[in-house]
Amino acid sequence: MDIYLLEAIINGILLGGVLALLALGLNLVFGVVDVVWICYAELVMSGMYAIYWLNVFYGWPILLACLVAIIGVAGLGLLLHLVIIAPILGSAPINQLLATGGMLFFLQSLATLLFGTDFRNIGLRLPIIELGDIFISFSRLLAFGAALLGAILLYLFLAKTYLGVAIRAIAQDREIMGLMGVDQRRIYLITSAIGGALAGLAACLLVLQYDVHPFIGLSFGPITFMICVLGGLGNMIGGFVAAFIMSQIIAIGGFFFSIEISYVLAFVLFIVLMFIRPQGILAR
Amino acid sequence: MKDGAMSTSMTARVVPLLLALVALALVPLVMRDYFLHIAIQILLWGFIYTSWSLMGKFGLVSLGHGAFLGIGAYIPALLWNYQAVTPWLGIPLAVLLAMLLALVIGYPCFRLRVIGHYFALVTLALSQVVLLTIVAARDITGGSLGMTLRTVGHSWYALQFPEKTVFYAIALVVWGAGIVVWHWVDRGMGRAALEAIAEDEGAAAAIGINVMREKLRVTVTSAALTAFGGALLAQYLLYVNPDSLSGIAVSLQIVFAAIAGGMYSALGPTVGGLFTIALPEILRIWFGTNFVGAANTIYGALLVVFIVFMPRGIVGLIESRLPRRAAAAAKPAASG
Repeated sequence: MDIYLLEAIINGILLGGVLALLALGLNLVFGVVDVVWICYAELVMSGMYAIYWLNVFYGWPILLACLVAIIGVAGLGLLLHLVIIAPILGSAPINQLLATGGMLFFLQSLATLLFGTDFRNIGLRLPIIELGDIFISFSRLLAFGAALLGAILLYLFLAKTYLGVAIRAIAQDREIMGLMGVDQRRIYLITSAIGGALAGLAACLLVLQYDVHPFIGLSFGPITFMICVLGGLGNMIGGFVAAFIMSQIIAIGGFFFSIEISYVLAFVLFIVLMFIRPQGILAR
Repeated sequence: MKDGAMSTSMTARVVPLLLALVALALVPLVMRDYFLHIAIQILLWGFIYTSWSLMGKFGLVSLGHGAFLGIGAYIPALLWNYQAVTPWLGIPLAVLLAMLLALVIGYPCFRLRVIGHYFALVTLALSQVVLLTIVAARDITGGSLGMTLRTVGHSWYALQFPEKTVFYAIALVVWGAGIVVWHWVDRGMGRAALEAIAEDEGAAAAIGINVMREKLRVTVTSAALTAFGGALLAQYLLYVNPDSLSGIAVSLQIVFAAIAGGMYSALGPTVGGLFTIALPEILRIWFGTNFVGAANTIYGALLVVFIVFMPRGIVGLIESRLPRRAAAAAKPAASG
């Protein structure tokens, strides 16, 4: 096999890791609260800016900045639910979608207002690993590892803890949960916080590789939605698998054509797959 | 008696309407170029928002109208710049293409009952496809830097007019036509059918409504008008850019404006247009270039506030406060 194709495939897998993390967060919130956080990518952006600011301007060590960012974005997720989602839980789903869409605009513009449109980089240069003729960026590898770790932790939380079981149960049957003695509102808040925390973790991983600017959400936001829908909205495993499928399309498409065409292909394939299997490829 | 009551209420509505139209038509005589520029954009975008609301008010919320807008804007522009094809041919072609795309996406969606979240996200993917295609073809389209239309001065053949008054007239007529179409859809049997479909698709099908045909019809109409609006915008601005005329951002902008203005009324989306055009301008003038992004921040915050507190939009809010003359007139007719 062409060595560069192999390199593309490996990079695709590494990219898939972070996308899978994003998809997990989005799917978690949707599965439980039944709202799509259109502004999810912007939450990640907020985390990236937080890390940038703490690390570059206040000189905090990078790990501390990351920790603070994760907690911060978790809080942001909590606030998002409390202030915006909770009041409109009863209205038409489209209103909920649009409310988070409004947040998307708000966060993008706030970032423009506070930080300007310049591309910001935290300047961390991690080594490039050489395996024969293949170059693998260490930050990518790190991101993949951390994403996998996050996914495993999430799985353990959902499977083994009481809270996790309650969250999964609500996702299955919302109305009965009240009868089972579970505080719905509390579960929603906790889920929103976890969703935010996952976004914060994704921010830590992405800030190592990419420059942050107010519109970076547009680079991976739409792809994340597609991945979630492809795997079946709310289906965590589906989203996980779909993330790697999409990332491979992007990586291999980028190898054979160009990165931009590969994205077009990914979206077109998404539309086609939607028609073949509208519920998602691994729907429940 | 009933006819008499009908005709007086009709006249009561038609006269202020005519006065308003006359006032609008006289606007160019009193306004400076800058305000005309704003007015033209409000009218054209209002037309686009109204086209979206044709679908939106029946629960067919598309987050992909950026796709149709982009097609409408770019195809005539590309044909003009590269093949000197007159927009009089280019625009109908673009509209046809948009209608075709709406069919291609709409048919499987409606057949497979892709609705709600899924429909919104599939249409979102569509708008991204168009944006990414425009950007990927940067050798022809100029990519993210956009493309300027080849200018030839005042020309009906090229549909270009440096004088804003001519374009104002065109925009006014087109906008008016959009409102008329809105009323057609509102008054026709299609509306009842679509409302039934929106409430319960299965039941609607059971009583004989051709769900597929109604949904497709309104979708294709909406797509066609949106593409037309995009084409006119391109002809007016003489510059097209993928980020402002296609993709998720403009799709969301369309949805917001229609909802903020109120998509259940004819003038609602236009009010939304006023909101989305005038507010950023006012804020921009107020803040200057000191606080880039302040306007949009306030805009975004207001949008959230709107969705949460005013789901029927500005016009809906006003309408609910107006005296119920229509209801009062209907009562004697019902009891009589």
